[in-house]
Amino acid sequence: MAIKDILTPFTAWKKVFREPVTVKDPLNDRPGAERYRGFHKNELKTCIGCGSCEEICENEAIDLVAVKGYDTKDGDSGLRPMVDYGRCCWCALCVDVCTTGSLTLSNEYTWVAEDPEEFRFVPGAENKEWDNNELGWKKPTPNYEFYGQKRQTMEELHPEERDHSFIEMIKGYSKEQAQLEADRCVECGICIATCPANMGIPEYIKAVREDDMEYGLKVLYETNPLPEICGRICTHKCETVCSVGHNGEPLSIRWLKRYIADQVESADYKRILGTDGIENNGKTVAVIGSGPAGLSAAHYLSLLGYKVTIFEQFAQAGGMMRYGIPEYRLPYNQIDKDIDYILSLGVDIKYNTRIGKDITLSELRDKYDAVFAGTGLHLGRSTGIPGTDHENVYQAIELLNKITEGKEIHVAEKIVVIGGGNVAMDITRSLARLQNQKYGRVQMIATALESEENLPADVEEVLEAREEKAIVNAGWGPKEIEIKDGKIKGLHVVKCLSIFDAEGRFNPKFDEDNKNFFEADMVVESIGQGMDINYITEDIKAELKFGPRGRITVDENIQSDAKWLFVGGDIIQGPDVIHGIANGHKAAYGIDNFLKNK
Amino acid sequence: MKEQKNIFNRQPDRSKYPAKKKNGKLDIDLSSGKFVKLWHGPNHPGVTGNMAIELTLSGDEIVDAKTHVGYLHRGFEKLMERRLWIQCFPTCIRMCVAEPDYNEYLLAKSAEELSGIEVPEMAEWLRTLVLEMARLQSLLRTVPGQAGTLSLGIGVQWGVYLRDLVLDLFEELTGGRVYHMYIIPGGVRGLLPDGFKKRMEEVLGKIDEFVKNIENLMFNNIVFKKRTKGVGYIKPSWVNKYGIVGPNARAAGFKRDVRKDYPYLVYDKLDFDITHETDSDIFARSMIRKKELVLTLDLIRQIMAKMPKKGDIKAQTPNVLHWKIPAGETYVRSESSRGEYGFYTVSDGSTKPRRINLRGPSYTHAVVLLEKLLINANIADVHSIMVSLQTCPPEIER
Repeated sequence: MAIKDILTPFTAWKKVFREPVTVKDPLNDRPGAERYRGFHKNELKTCIGCGSCEEICENEAIDLVAVKGYDTKDGDSGLRPMVDYGRCCWCALCVDVCTTGSLTLSNEYTWVAEDPEEFRFVPGAENKEWDNNELGWKKPTPNYEFYGQKRQTMEELHPEERDHSFIEMIKGYSKEQAQLEADRCVECGICIATCPANMGIPEYIKAVREDDMEYGLKVLYETNPLPEICGRICTHKCETVCSVGHNGEPLSIRWLKRYIADQVESADYKRILGTDGIENNGKTVAVIGSGPAGLSAAHYLSLLGYKVTIFEQFAQAGGMMRYGIPEYRLPYNQIDKDIDYILSLGVDIKYNTRIGKDITLSELRDKYDAVFAGTGLHLGRSTGIPGTDHENVYQAIELLNKITEGKEIHVAEKIVVIGGGNVAMDITRSLARLQNQKYGRVQMIATALESEENLPADVEEVLEAREEKAIVNAGWGPKEIEIKDGKIKGLHVVKCLSIFDAEGRFNPKFDEDNKNFFEADMVVESIGQGMDINYITEDIKAELKFGPRGRITVDENIQSDAKWLFVGGDIIQGPDVIHGIANGHKAAYGIDNFLKNK
Repeated sequence: MKEQKNIFNRQPDRSKYPAKKKNGKLDIDLSSGKFVKLWHGPNHPGVTGNMAIELTLSGDEIVDAKTHVGYLHRGFEKLMERRLWIQCFPTCIRMCVAEPDYNEYLLAKSAEELSGIEVPEMAEWLRTLVLEMARLQSLLRTVPGQAGTLSLGIGVQWGVYLRDLVLDLFEELTGGRVYHMYIIPGGVRGLLPDGFKKRMEEVLGKIDEFVKNIENLMFNNIVFKKRTKGVGYIKPSWVNKYGIVGPNARAAGFKRDVRKDYPYLVYDKLDFDITHETDSDIFARSMIRKKELVLTLDLIRQIMAKMPKKGDIKAQTPNVLHWKIPAGETYVRSESSRGEYGFYTVSDGSTKPRRINLRGPSYTHAVVLLEKLLINANIADVHSIMVSLQTCPPEIER
């Protein structure tokens, strides 16, 4: 025991003369640190209500609720997160997982309210003093991801391998790629609401992840009987709204659908989908047209026990999917796989039978309990500019028909296509392949009214057309086809300034001084298609109502005012495959309701 | 190892009193008037957290002690079986309030080890930094806290103030003061903020001064020495028998430290020696913790100097919303300020852990060892002994 041990503790007395820390650091308003995890902030306009925050919250502190001023629309659930601060633990996982980056935390941590109810609110919807705080927790950057932001690269044929043949160019995912791609899904379901057919997308993506193809196929067939087709050429509105796409690349939903369908042998379909031995209920339905709408209606009606007969004007089924879409995008054997399964359900099909010519609509009305018409848009539209009556001016759709039928078509050395939609790209790329086969080089120009950014065709279609050495020259309005000595010399165009007027009507404005000339021996028009509903005779027409652009008015079950007639597909909506499929499905439901209550 | 003679124990030998019954139990007849039952806790300033010790006293000496837990049970281990792996991350930290970061680290490490994910080097350094900062803030409470149990409160006040400065640093780096939620499966949640090193050095400088002051206040204090030397003696032979780890084992002469014995994170790149003492009493354990505090200051300085300037903070993991960890089991461990702290994790290959079991030092120290140490101790030394074991009841019953 040293004397030192008695004295040294008293050295603490020197602190007596120092200011206490409570005086040095008084309890004043010290702002939280830059990364402090305080109360939530939410940019309601950026938020899409995907619910990933709700999903990851371990305390169930977040509920998605409807907020005034935000309506449900494509790509937005219309819901916004409400946070219950009685449950929140300020872990900020909700911020880190937020797909749009709208949700952040402020650095405010000293808010006091008397009413406990006030601690449950929708951040961003109620003005809080911290709404404009710059500081607070934000998702760390870079390379800090809770799910993959990048797509798995899809293998496709190199432009030089594909530009002279009609072999399918997209190779499809391997199992590993598909599972990695499927892993990126946050299962928000925004896509389900946007898909016209309301497919169970997160559910079948989950099936890919878990490598359960049979379950995946079941999910696909719940709403879509043409997965092989849709998996290749769907307009994938789901991908446009995919929440993962807000801060990264959207999921390749379309390719994943294709992956599932590709994995299952057609021989197994009936077993997996349990569609063996469906009992016939004795009622009959006629379906006009074997396009997506007709096939979809036939499929779901057969499952309900109806005897369905399809009337098809061409020699093979598929409608525009077979006769419009080129083989390199959608191989015929894949169309057959989907269609053969539907036909195996007991659906009859009468080929080469055109309504109005071989059999009339009234005959169908009398012979069948109900009729579904999905006749599509098969009439090409003309620009009507001088020179379009020349024999070497063609409609894209008729050329595409002929290519499918294997008929010889005229392929000139230099071709101009008028139009910038997907059909225009289809014909451009088809003709480019034929030019390659015939002349060994491509001299194709596709010209469209729309500017480069507003081209109606899918971005990848335009890109791939260019890879195949076709020229896509956007923003020009056709003026005249120059004809000299009975031969086409080319197309005169003028710069297009705007397409629609202030009221949103089609009324293009041109800069007449900015001219251009595209040399060509052949011109193809591809500015959209029209419907041919002349098979509906006047007496039946009298029963129907017509809406804008001559479209037949139908109710939510696709039922027209002539109660026995249901109308769907491109002639009322779209044009695209998935709307047709959705219409067909609705029609099956509508027809079933109609016939049950008849 | 040779047992130390307990030369400072001035308490009378009561080992023969009360007598043992034939069945080996103590013959305590409360109606005899010789004994008093006293509940120490569950709410008592001398008890770290909520647990109770049922004491049987003869005069002011303890003849029997029984620990009771169950006041803090929140079922975190069970709760985690119902949560996604990522959702366990805000849950597991609450198993030990004093040093939540070790839970974060062990959960992340389990997930990474089972799914074979390699963490970027930068994240490893940041993890080490955070774990050492966690040790620092914990020791800033425990070291002066030992004197606090003997009513020497001033050191506690100094420590709490400095701990607050460390928490400020935590707030800057992690966004939280107590529950940092920084170490996430795959990496960490942020780089060092600008100017962090400078502010860190300022705080470390203040703690250096604190160490000197506390040396004078506690370790050169005759009262502290008299009250702690020879009290709460842990026989070295008990160390292996009861699974005593950390400072409690090191004070008994065992050079055991997970950081050295099973190096994890970047500890193999840091230069340090295992602290140790031999007296195995409260004083020795306090001394170990003070040395640990100095060591931690040194380690933090080393980390700040050796850390890379930039780098990725997180490895790419599967989508956390449906992250399936391959089936398997693993035991991962780290050295917390209380000793070896480990997670035994079992995954059945689903999105949720099948079982996460915490191996915490407090279970052996506070439940089993404490009961033994209290026998023959003076009633005034109960919380002193308990604090010297650095027990943390929330971690006993998670």
